[in-house]
Amino acid sequence: MVKEIERVGIPVVHMCTVTPISLTVGANRILPTVAIPHPLGNPALPAEEEYALRKKLVQAALRALCTEVEDQTVFEN
Amino acid sequence: MSYRVMHYINQFFANIGGEEMAHVEPQLRQGVVGPGMAFAQAWKDEAQIVSTVVCGDSYFAEHEKEAKEAILAWVAEEKPDLFLAGPAFNAGRYGYACATICAAVQDMGIPVLTGMYEENPGADLRTKVLIAATANSAAGMRKAVPTMAKLALKLLRGEKLGASCEDGYLNNGVRVNFFDRERGAKRAVEMLKAKLAGQPFVTEYPMPSFDRVEPSPAIRDLSKATVALCTSGGIVPKGNPDHIESSSASRYGEYNIAGVDRLTSQTYETAHGGYDPVYANQDPNRVLPVDVLREMERTGVIGKLHDYYYATVGNGTAVASAKGFAAEYAQRLLSAGVDAVIMTST
Amino acid sequence: MKLELGYIPIADIQFAKVSKVEDGTLYVDQEALKAFLYQDDDVRQWVKDFTFDIAKPGESVRITPVKDVIEPRVKVEGPGGQFPGVIAKVDTVGSGKTHVLRGMAVVTAGKIVGFQEGIIDMTGPGAAYTPFSKLLNLVVVAEPAEGYQDNKHAYEHAVRMAGLRAATFLGELGRNVEPAEVQVFETLGIREGIARYPDLPRVAYVHMLQSQGLLHDTYVYGVDAKRTLTTILYPTETMDGAIISGNCVSACDKNTTYHHQNNPVVAELFAEHGKTLNYVCNIITNENVYLADKQRSSDWTAKLCRLLDLDGVIVSQEGFGNPDTDLIMNTKKIELQGVKTTIITDEYAGQNGRSQSLADADPLADAVVTGGNANEVIVLPKLDKVIGTLDFVDVIAGGHAGSLREDGSIEAEIQVITGATNEMGFNRLSAR
Repeated sequence: MVKEIERVGIPVVHMCTVTPISLTVGANRILPTVAIPHPLGNPALPAEEEYALRKKLVQAALRALCTEVEDQTVFEN
Repeated sequence: MSYRVMHYINQFFANIGGEEMAHVEPQLRQGVVGPGMAFAQAWKDEAQIVSTVVCGDSYFAEHEKEAKEAILAWVAEEKPDLFLAGPAFNAGRYGYACATICAAVQDMGIPVLTGMYEENPGADLRTKVLIAATANSAAGMRKAVPTMAKLALKLLRGEKLGASCEDGYLNNGVRVNFFDRERGAKRAVEMLKAKLAGQPFVTEYPMPSFDRVEPSPAIRDLSKATVALCTSGGIVPKGNPDHIESSSASRYGEYNIAGVDRLTSQTYETAHGGYDPVYANQDPNRVLPVDVLREMERTGVIGKLHDYYYATVGNGTAVASAKGFAAEYAQRLLSAGVDAVIMTST
Repeated sequence: MKLELGYIPIADIQFAKVSKVEDGTLYVDQEALKAFLYQDDDVRQWVKDFTFDIAKPGESVRITPVKDVIEPRVKVEGPGGQFPGVIAKVDTVGSGKTHVLRGMAVVTAGKIVGFQEGIIDMTGPGAAYTPFSKLLNLVVVAEPAEGYQDNKHAYEHAVRMAGLRAATFLGELGRNVEPAEVQVFETLGIREGIARYPDLPRVAYVHMLQSQGLLHDTYVYGVDAKRTLTTILYPTETMDGAIISGNCVSACDKNTTYHHQNNPVVAELFAEHGKTLNYVCNIITNENVYLADKQRSSDWTAKLCRLLDLDGVIVSQEGFGNPDTDLIMNTKKIELQGVKTTIITDEYAGQNGRSQSLADADPLADAVVTGGNANEVIVLPKLDKVIGTLDFVDVIAGGHAGSLREDGSIEAEIQVITGATNEMGFNRLSAR
């Protein structure tokens, strides 16, 4: 699905947990996330910390969108 | 009562002539012509060729529309139980004509079968029409006829096809089980021995090839950018208004989040059936981070969070469907002037 | 390391007053067997009662839900005993002499723990898909004690122990029986192997073990495989009971303990050992749920392949879905070390066969053997007798609401059949 968006020229970042599959299907900007059932959260954390974690991940995703890439790239979160 | 088959062949196999006669227009003849005889013999009384279409290869290539119209009209008149074309071996234009006319006849609801060499350009249609595998020259006719005759009878009787390697058709992308001669471990050892010795071997499952897309350029000014959210994690308004399936989804949803500050468990939920839904239902922002992006919009980190998000369920959903959904909403994102997309997956 | 397997063919099983093996017949004293099973604490706590039954090839019998299948064996010479670290004390197995009751198995069945147990049909179309339809099966049906639903792990453990104990009890009966046939399997040290077979390619077996947790587990010398690092075994250790199944994943591609004991890759590599290749060792590696674990385990697999100077490996998988990623990561990294791979997997290509078969893919995985498409639908006719219960047919993986039809037949994917698409290559089933 990311490829179809990229195909029309819009940069897209794929936030997912199983990054090898994202690499296989061909996403170019990939940001690893927390866990399959809660990619952008961690139910074990208090609400504020969980929000901070999510914010950090989204910031990393936005940084990826602002970074030029030539090839498939897995960014550090 | 025997099944009624209509046969398509080119000028060469109809004994009209070679390349110099490839321009002949399609003609309909009653009964068997050329290689049809061999099929008729193989079928004995169970099936018969009622009529034969003969068409020059160049004519079909250069006047495809007219050729198709004429032939389809004859097929509509004849209403055969099966439309058989070729075999075309490695003759490129003949193979193309066989596969193309078969595809058109198949659209009329009539079973079709052709045969050709795997590298024939016509074999590009192997996932659309059933193509028997043949040798690369007409010298392979003696082997091709029994294979095709048997496949034809299976189609006529409405029997299930065996695996491509058993029934002798070109791999059509449909995986079919069969019992091989040796057990898997033995096959694996034999395959490894061949690979180690640099000898040819045939993998039982060719890896699918995923195409690659050039990365789009980065966002220049984030503070002016419109960012859209998309997800395969199935986040939908409570009650799943579009009835997106929990597995093997056949649709996607477009949802307006203008003015929504954060997703709550009262208003949103996940429709995804492939992961433990408890966490996403408690707080849907864990999958679709509307809350964080709304804050970033307020503080000017990003220009705007796009008013719509797109969601589907990526659980056992066919790759082709997912691709179709995204191709569709990518156009909508583009025309809405979206600068960047965050796609989340579970 | 050298192991002698002595095969004692079993042609019949009968219940009797005294347990023994005589003239190819296994006589089983049910009370004595039951007493032996109850010597385990967990079994005492979680199993209310056992019933035993016998299913023979060709009989109109359906066994379901099946948990595990185990071949009875006994160590008659050399260190260790059956199922070291689980039943016998921990000691390295794989050398000396072991007697095998051939042609039969212990099958554990009954109300188990969830939705991922299988079906064994002894006749009809389903029988063709499971290797266990060709064996004389002594079925151990367990009835859970109250409260087991809230203690599924303990109950699974109890039933696992009961199966292994039953196999141990029966195997012991073959201790003093003269085997009809003896086979010897030997693996040399690294330097000896190179000296003996200087011109043969060096080949190992990368054996992936299901270790997803939540009752999808495998044990090696009693250790839960998800807590192990990739390591090396002598092939004969596997043949001698070092690895057992604690796995309740989809029936078609879980490796039962019987599969581990009779690992077909080990058998086929031994058949070529010293002739066309030098079978060096087994490398066991897990399939965990965390990406970091997948990364580490596959790194280690590739590293060991290089360290052992291998020319080629066969990689076998267990289960499907995210383990497809482990399979591809292993394959890719091993190939990048210059070691050639052939992999064995199975497919989930949808009931119509049109979907993508694996969750992951890589062009370096260019030599694939498949155990077939697990989604293929089959209709299993009603059989005269059911050992266990049909209560779970609709909910086991591969079944659906309405799988069990009014006329007693079952419509389901072959996923429900124990061992149908085995990824060690136990069967002839394949797909194109």
